[in-house]
Amino acid sequence: MRELSTELITKTIKEMCIEANHVLSEDMKQTFSAAVREEQAPLGRQILQQLIENMDIAQTEQIPICQDTGMAVIFLEIGQDVHITGGSLRDAVNEGVRQGYQEGYLRKSVVADPIIRENTKDNTPAVIHYEITEGDQVSITVAPKGFGSENMSRVFMLKPADGIEGVKQAILTAVQDAGPNACPPMVVGVGIGGTFEKCAILAKKALVRKAGEHSEIPYVKELEEEMLEKINETGIGPAGLGGGITAFAVNINTYPTHIAGLPVAVNICCHVNRHVTRVL
Amino acid sequence: MERHISVPFGEETACSLKAGDYVYLTGTLYTARDAAHKRMQEALDKKEPLPLDLKGNVIYYMGPSPARKGKVIGSAGPTTASRMDKYTPALLDLGLRGMIGKGKRSKEVLDAAVRNKSIYFAAVGGAGALLSKCIRSAQVIAYEDLGTEAIRKLEVVDFPVIVAADTNGNNLYETAVSDYLNNRQK
Repeated sequence: MRELSTELITKTIKEMCIEANHVLSEDMKQTFSAAVREEQAPLGRQILQQLIENMDIAQTEQIPICQDTGMAVIFLEIGQDVHITGGSLRDAVNEGVRQGYQEGYLRKSVVADPIIRENTKDNTPAVIHYEITEGDQVSITVAPKGFGSENMSRVFMLKPADGIEGVKQAILTAVQDAGPNACPPMVVGVGIGGTFEKCAILAKKALVRKAGEHSEIPYVKELEEEMLEKINETGIGPAGLGGGITAFAVNINTYPTHIAGLPVAVNICCHVNRHVTRVL
Repeated sequence: MERHISVPFGEETACSLKAGDYVYLTGTLYTARDAAHKRMQEALDKKEPLPLDLKGNVIYYMGPSPARKGKVIGSAGPTTASRMDKYTPALLDLGLRGMIGKGKRSKEVLDAAVRNKSIYFAAVGGAGALLSKCIRSAQVIAYEDLGTEAIRKLEVVDFPVIVAADTNGNNLYETAVSDYLNNRQK
């Protein structure tokens, strides 16, 4: 059995928190450049150019892309042939977040209790999703999530008779309601199927998909393309001030569900769609 | 139209601004977001003084990331303004001249802005690194225990904003999308 130390996990997560908040991945950068060429609205184009300039400043001067450096969402895919040594995995992950947010000058945006609301001052705890997979590797994805867009995300418990039209309507409703609050151009993550909580996690995971990639299921890929077109027809545009680029991508994940249900989750992310993956 | 104005500013300047104007602000801004607004409301409820004089001033809905050594501030972009809607009409009635944030406001806020000749400016969300370059100094003046949510006094130079709602009740968030769609069809 392969051994992996919690020390390495902490160090890796620290680095990933800092990287994700300062450097947008190459695929997202290319998406921005394409958008600025396509946008017809003058103000929309000006805003997109500002966002590109913002990314350059963030990277060269090491200033976070956005002041909302998010709540740290972490996906761990742990191979079943790996033995984690050196203490609690959860503590190691949170320690990585703590170090990353402190050493990286990232904003501490987490409160210890949702009602009492006292800041934990180190951005922990993270939201950690564990999955046991085959093999002897650990895949870590760090996706800091800002709440301007998180607040506009929705779960719809549709019924089987609502069908694909109901799903389309749900996605459009969420995007229309989100409007300028979600800092468009957005990336729209959608989960269809499963249960109440499963569809939400599917939607969250859809956000970390590489830009330009589509579902392998033909009808889902078509749905992604159709919904991106429909969302861009709304005219919401960059910053919600009018334009043709309202979303960069619609990423949809599906899962089997119950004979009585059709759960749909729409997790909206702003244009700062931060995510970094490393495999240990 | 592109404008350069200094803050704080008076009624006359406010009335000359039109929804859609691209404005560069130079002068003093005060930051306050959710928790600071809640505290200000509690102070008003208890008839206690507020930690800043609102008259003619502009509040920026923003909680920065920490400053690196040698820098005045970290990333510093706007947060969603509607979360402050519940508290805002009372502040406008006390003389608040302007607000900077992102997203739509409630009817109560927009009515209070018209009534008091105040402006709601939009800054571009997610451009916090770029916007931080316009901030020349930052000083916590109240509620230090709130961390990023403390009230800060900022000195800014050519801070770029767009007039989202003007003193005549014009609201860019209501008109920009339909204007775009109508123009596109032509």
